[in-house]
Amino acid sequence: MSLPAFAELLERLVFTPGRNAKLALMKRFFATQRDPDRGVALAAISGELSFTAAKPSLVRDLVATRIDPVLLAWSHDYVGDLAETVALIWPEPTHRPNRPPPDLAEVVEALELAPKADIPGMLSEWLDLLDPGGRLALIKLVTGGLRVGASGRLARQALAEWSGQPVEEIEEVWHGVPPPYLPLFAWLEGRAERPDPRDAPVFRSPMLAQPLEAPDVAALDHTAFRAEWKWDGVRVQASAGPGGRRLWTRTGEDMSGAFPEILEALDFHAVVDGELLVIRDGEVAPFADLQQRLNRKVVGPKMLKDYPAGLRLYDLLFEAGEDLRALPFDARRDRLEAWFARVKPARMDLSPQVAFSSMEQLAALRDGARAAGIEGLMLKRGDAPYIAGRPKGLWWKWKRAPLAVDAVLMYAQRGHGKRSSTYSDYTFGLWRADGEGGEELVPVGKAYSGYTDQELVWLDRWIRNHTTSRFGPVREVEKELVLEVVFDAAQLSSRHKSGVAMRFPRISRLRPDKPAAEADRLETLMAMVENRPE
Amino acid sequence: MPAPHPDSWTRITPEGLYCEPGGFHIDPARAVERAVISHGHSDHARPDHGAVLATPETLAIMTARLGEGRAGREQQALPYHQTLVQNGVRVTLVPAGHVLGSAQVVLEWRGSRLVVSGDYKRQPDPTCLPFEAVPCDVFVTEATFALPVFRHPPMRHEVQRLLDSVRLFPQRAHLVGCYALGKCQRLIAGLREAGYDRPLFLHGAQASMCRLYERRGIALGELLPVPRPEKRGATVLPGEIVLAPPSAEANPWARRLADPVTALASGWMRVRQRAKARGVELPLVISDHADWDDLLATCAEVEAPEVWVTHGREEALIHALAARGVRGRALHLIGREEDEGADPVPAEEEAAG
Repeated sequence: MSLPAFAELLERLVFTPGRNAKLALMKRFFATQRDPDRGVALAAISGELSFTAAKPSLVRDLVATRIDPVLLAWSHDYVGDLAETVALIWPEPTHRPNRPPPDLAEVVEALELAPKADIPGMLSEWLDLLDPGGRLALIKLVTGGLRVGASGRLARQALAEWSGQPVEEIEEVWHGVPPPYLPLFAWLEGRAERPDPRDAPVFRSPMLAQPLEAPDVAALDHTAFRAEWKWDGVRVQASAGPGGRRLWTRTGEDMSGAFPEILEALDFHAVVDGELLVIRDGEVAPFADLQQRLNRKVVGPKMLKDYPAGLRLYDLLFEAGEDLRALPFDARRDRLEAWFARVKPARMDLSPQVAFSSMEQLAALRDGARAAGIEGLMLKRGDAPYIAGRPKGLWWKWKRAPLAVDAVLMYAQRGHGKRSSTYSDYTFGLWRADGEGGEELVPVGKAYSGYTDQELVWLDRWIRNHTTSRFGPVREVEKELVLEVVFDAAQLSSRHKSGVAMRFPRISRLRPDKPAAEADRLETLMAMVENRPE
Repeated sequence: MPAPHPDSWTRITPEGLYCEPGGFHIDPARAVERAVISHGHSDHARPDHGAVLATPETLAIMTARLGEGRAGREQQALPYHQTLVQNGVRVTLVPAGHVLGSAQVVLEWRGSRLVVSGDYKRQPDPTCLPFEAVPCDVFVTEATFALPVFRHPPMRHEVQRLLDSVRLFPQRAHLVGCYALGKCQRLIAGLREAGYDRPLFLHGAQASMCRLYERRGIALGELLPVPRPEKRGATVLPGEIVLAPPSAEANPWARRLADPVTALASGWMRVRQRAKARGVELPLVISDHADWDDLLATCAEVEAPEVWVTHGREEALIHALAARGVRGRALHLIGREEDEGADPVPAEEEAAG
């Protein structure tokens, strides 16, 4: 019965907004399902299973032999998604075969082994055995369109909570064991030793930094620390050797497929830690450019040319199989520089160390750094080993002071989960000339954090009392309330009506005292833009 | 002499379907002189008609919902299967299986028979009598779920999903949105059939209709109001099931519940986009309307050569009937809700804070 159980898990994950609830659903699934099915499910959730066994057109053809084409077309129009339409519309067989629905592992194995010509027959036999939820999961699986409402990282967190093993150890092991991960589950259930990943390109949980707040600064002994720029890209780990090559996000998602040019450059035997950036002629492009490259399955030649990716390295974890993580940072830095000079990997450079002689000097450097691609500074203790997780006091991130504007609240939307009865998402705007001699508000961003619990209660009541119209979960409000919004950067954007996008906007203060007419103008925000063409 | 075709003795007026020789409307969209009412949902049972004919249960429901004096100046109760003759038109009410008291209106005139089914379902429902197929010359049907993607699973399957979720999340309340008339009581009965004997907690809007069902002999087990938290900011009812009108989770009233799992019992929950758009965490496919298979099976059972479709997805049903040699006609009645028995969410909870 495990394909239906997997389908039910997917169904609930799709609709469940809360992290803890997702964890509870997955923990129970791993605890109650058998091998090898739960391992196949883990692979599916982590995006490790990919089939191209059936194209969506094959599924469409199958159902077209059984359903009136007019009704099929109307149904597809109504439902929107083809796989879901087919799953719902598939006629229940008049004589239900006297067999249980297929196991997930059975389906996956059959798909891997079957000649292409057999696939339509197999598929329709399975569809006859399943209920609508099971049919949807099956179709999404075989057409490669499976979207899971949980990340692989969260699934491994669920494994950790279920088994009591630390998640960092699970991260290291699971990439080195192929699906359906039988040795992994045997270890987690205490039936076997921990599997040894050896040379496989596994993910090592990265060392993370704590935010440096003003009170911490004074207590810091600056001589013990080294400084680097904090780059506004994506933290990655590149792992390469005889066992293969991989590019991981800092949460252990495999992003190798999206960056083929980086993968090609990994012609060495080492594990490096660094920042993924779009770099043109040595200049770091704004984050918006990198965003063009993220979350893509296939990358065309134009993408590769217009948004060239590079890696800015700041740490060396393994060199030719030797684990350097116990060495102090200074020693690892020396090894990194020597290794880099010798190997000269393509598409990579070293993140330079920033010289300083006092915290005051460092603060001035931080505040002066307004170049695109720099978010602030990183401070790393010279004598600290590389420790997975977020150890206290060893690495600090010191973001530059945020930018701020006073904006006017325009729309509010109810949140999800615990916030589903509270207007907690706010769209705000700035003034500009409306071209007819007057002024108009143009929306510039959306924020759903930064406020205190009391401010949220106040905002919710204000919104309910000042609503001018409602569209589903959204309310338009009287344009009267000024919010101070802080954000990390402003960048030009053709996707926004205002022409500008904010990085990580959040509400820093409510300004009911300030008349809306005195809120900032769009020009003020435009002046803060970094990627302005010269 | 051949029997007259029903379209010669009925017509569509702005108020809805009208029986000429009988001089009455069936489920009119606004106040009329004489109305026959199929069941108590507000899009069928409007206020302030002159004379109302309906089952005793429907009359009781209308009076409870519309208020004394607004459910027809003159009420006439017609129990199921009894026949009343009005100006030569024989009127009989036959169970429709939709909600308590719901009836198909069977009209016979000079040997010609028209069945106006109102809203109906074919799935079992412990809270009302099952639908009975009456052979006829013209069958008037709804088409709320008239697309082949709509197939409602057995209710016990959905009840098990709810109970399973309650077991998995003992720290959270389960807030189940369901219409106050019919769906709510059917769901309660389904939970009781599944052996769930804990108290169920009701939003104020659900409670009065449940009491009416219980007075009519339908046992629903222990039902309690949702308590207020003892101190400000605290929450209540972890691990319990709360039944409330759809969308109640959007009201501040819901904040008193312990981290609620929001569920919604509706046939529309079959389609992911609909469930997503409502922000439902646990969609339950439970409907009081006939699904696609049951619409077609019912049209076949009544053996009518012609079917009139009142509201919903008329074109799909008419297309499918044509393929089966049955003539279909869309009546384009106005004033029917797409939502199942939609009633406005009562004002109680906004005021309650």
